[in-house]
Amino acid sequence: MSDPILSIRGLKKSFGALTATDDVSLDLLPGEIHALIGPNGAGKSTLIKQIVGEIRPDHGTITFEGQVIDRLDAAARARLGLARSFQVSSVIADFTVLQNVMLAVAGADGHVFRFLRPALRDTALTEPALFHIGHAGLAGREGVKASVLSHGERRKLEIAMALALRPRAFLLDEPMAGMGLEGAKQLTTILSDLRAEAPILLVEHDMDAVFALADRISVLVYGRIIATGTVAEIRSNPQVRDSYLGEEA
Amino acid sequence: MTRDMIINLCVFAILVATAVGAHLGGQGFTVTLATKAAILGLAGVGLNLALGYGGLVSFGHAAFFGIGGYVTGIFAFHASSGEPILTLPFALMGSNEMLGIWPMAMLAAGLVALLIGALSLRTTGVYFIMVTLAFAQMIFYFAISWPRYGGEDGLSFYVRNTFPGVNTLVPINYFAICAALLALALIFTALVTQSRFGLALQATRQNEQRSTAVGIRATPVRLTAFVLSAMITALAGSLYADLNRFVSPAMFSWHMSGEIMVFVILGGVGRLCGPLAGAAVFILLEHLLGPITEHWQALLGLMLLAIVLFAPGGLIGLITLGLDRIRGGKADV
Amino acid sequence: MLLAEQALNGLQYGMMLFLMAAGLTLVFGVMGLINLAHGALYMIGAFACATVAAATGSFWLGLVASLAAAAAAGALVEMAVIRRLYTRDHLDQVLATFALILIFSEGTRWVFGSFPLYLTLPPALSGAVTLPGGLQYPLFRLVIICVGAAVALGLWLLITRTRLGIRIRAGEADREMIGALGVDIARLYTIVFALGAALAGLAGALVGSIQSVQVGMGEPVLILAFVVIVIGGIGSIKGALIGALLVGMTDTIGKALLPALFAQFMERSAANTTGAGLASMLIYILMAGVLLVRPQGLFGART
Repeated sequence: MSDPILSIRGLKKSFGALTATDDVSLDLLPGEIHALIGPNGAGKSTLIKQIVGEIRPDHGTITFEGQVIDRLDAAARARLGLARSFQVSSVIADFTVLQNVMLAVAGADGHVFRFLRPALRDTALTEPALFHIGHAGLAGREGVKASVLSHGERRKLEIAMALALRPRAFLLDEPMAGMGLEGAKQLTTILSDLRAEAPILLVEHDMDAVFALADRISVLVYGRIIATGTVAEIRSNPQVRDSYLGEEA
Repeated sequence: MTRDMIINLCVFAILVATAVGAHLGGQGFTVTLATKAAILGLAGVGLNLALGYGGLVSFGHAAFFGIGGYVTGIFAFHASSGEPILTLPFALMGSNEMLGIWPMAMLAAGLVALLIGALSLRTTGVYFIMVTLAFAQMIFYFAISWPRYGGEDGLSFYVRNTFPGVNTLVPINYFAICAALLALALIFTALVTQSRFGLALQATRQNEQRSTAVGIRATPVRLTAFVLSAMITALAGSLYADLNRFVSPAMFSWHMSGEIMVFVILGGVGRLCGPLAGAAVFILLEHLLGPITEHWQALLGLMLLAIVLFAPGGLIGLITLGLDRIRGGKADV
Repeated sequence: MLLAEQALNGLQYGMMLFLMAAGLTLVFGVMGLINLAHGALYMIGAFACATVAAATGSFWLGLVASLAAAAAAGALVEMAVIRRLYTRDHLDQVLATFALILIFSEGTRWVFGSFPLYLTLPPALSGAVTLPGGLQYPLFRLVIICVGAAVALGLWLLITRTRLGIRIRAGEADREMIGALGVDIARLYTIVFALGAALAGLAGALVGSIQSVQVGMGEPVLILAFVVIVIGGIGSIKGALIGALLVGMTDTIGKALLPALFAQFMERSAANTTGAGLASMLIYILMAGVLLVRPQGLFGART
């Protein structure tokens, strides 16, 4: 078993009397889709915020590609290749699809302080951006303003932006949320292919997608990981069935 | 973008045409008014970079306007008195040359903006507004209590500074200088806002969370915009001082900060020539309404209120809407 | 220039700033609105007091008038203009309330002219009092201190013990929720705004009695109130009180001590000007210091 790309050890976070993250340890292995599931209020978003760098954990360590990233802020982590998507699509509404992805290319590049050259004529930005736009399934939509994109297209835009970061790991927060049946099928295929780029830590509620995509699953309940294993193992785990999946799983 | 460019060019062209026409018609005073519009427009162009494109509601930009003015005044004062401004750590003599004074004014403002910006950008939202206002007030009180350069009464200098090859006392000549600098600033703003940096700046304004997620830290980007914007506004302050051959702490007042903001909002936030249009309208109002009633600022207030409540795109926004109606087309950005 | 006297002056100044800041921070905490026209309400209170006191000969009626006029002006402005601004961004709020300043200032100048008005204090409130230790101190300034303390206590009781207070606190925590719970938001907001306005008007009347009443008197005070709120933290009455006292004391004692301090090693007139100049910058330096260490203010919520 090769070294994990992302390794979380003993993460703890409390807000006053509420323990949102209770000694969480988790590995993201190369090439895998690792789903994180659990009931609402289990602390999934708090966990994501700590991984991404929005919140500082009280205890614990996060290692990314062998480097301890506890002291790095969110922008630095993104530049290292930790690419995230948001539960509610977060894009730059007034920018076109192309401008959005160009922004991501510029951010990943680290060379943001260029003042005189028009960005739209900077092939170092436009070429990779167009490539990623095509890769994410948005070819032809480059000139469209993000605010008029459909829900599914906005999800694809986020993926294009994540790809532009030359990602070493994806952290996707409920990408299936709000997707209709057809859109969900499309997105599932895209995500499955994405695994070839970099491993994915997939936070999801949509169990069909989880069972179709996940190589491994971790179950988060009341801030603790109660089980980690393959799809089959988790489905048959009695504790998991009691606390989350119920009998139909 | 082309349609917007045409509108921008038109606004600038109207200003130049007004000045040239007035000069040819022998109306020196109108040329001076046009010059004032160019200068105040320049101040607004500076603020617009931070405010319109960067989303930084700085209510203390008068600080930089005043710094530009005072640097000019101090240099001119020392040039005529002959005493050095500083002897330690190095000898700094007065100067009457615009080409030498402008960089000094911009540098001074840039340094102060670096300090104020670094502190203020630790805050967001309403705190930021209040903090920038407070820092400008601090400088205002400092200027009032500095008797060396006139204190509350301000500082007059009798000779307008010089520019090689040009008699700067001739109104149309001075207008040309100011208009040229305004044009340069507009070109600079256009380039910067379309560059990578501009992309990052506007992204941090609209969605900081997303910008961070793609590896762009907001604070350095904003601080840079703040400093650049301060330098442009300071240049305007320097020109203003030379126009009036007078500087006073009023240049630092929060009314001045508010006025600069009014130019930007009147014309249209985030529009390239918005501040110029706004400044021109302001001066027009002052000139036309002023003689009618000394309370013309109340009417300005009503107009501003109306624009904020009902026409947030400002004048250029209204023009754009109007053109859309005529053409029946869709507005592009 | 006894230190004790300066300390009391600082306390009085602080109390007046508290009256201004309390209203501002309440409006910001509950409605999320920055209001530059708060200084105009201060001015309206002062003018109302001066006018009514002169017309009726009673200072007390003047005080009542200041509260009523400021509250009424506040309520009117809230219903006509301010309530359209709650959903707008801060820039729009700044500009719209700046526009209100222009309208109010010029309007007041049109009615009253540019010359200052003066108030005479009733005999019951004028004169000096001998404090323990032998210091003679103006009674009215002591009254201001007491009024400030009473208002602080009253606000605390209001916020913690009454229905209105609960609604205010809930509104600060979650605006949408209290609407969903059936509280009449519009009326709550008008009441909060009018309350803040009344406090500003009271401050104006009290200070106008010591100094003078003129157009534009509210603006320097407004900016100081902003400094107080930045130091104390937005939305916190406690922060407003402590911030105000800090600012009041720092400014007053600084202005008293610094020239004297500089006179130790500078000649007199230079010491005076440098000292006074530095003293007026002192509170901004204090604010910058707080910003470095705690950008959300001493008692503000961590964002």
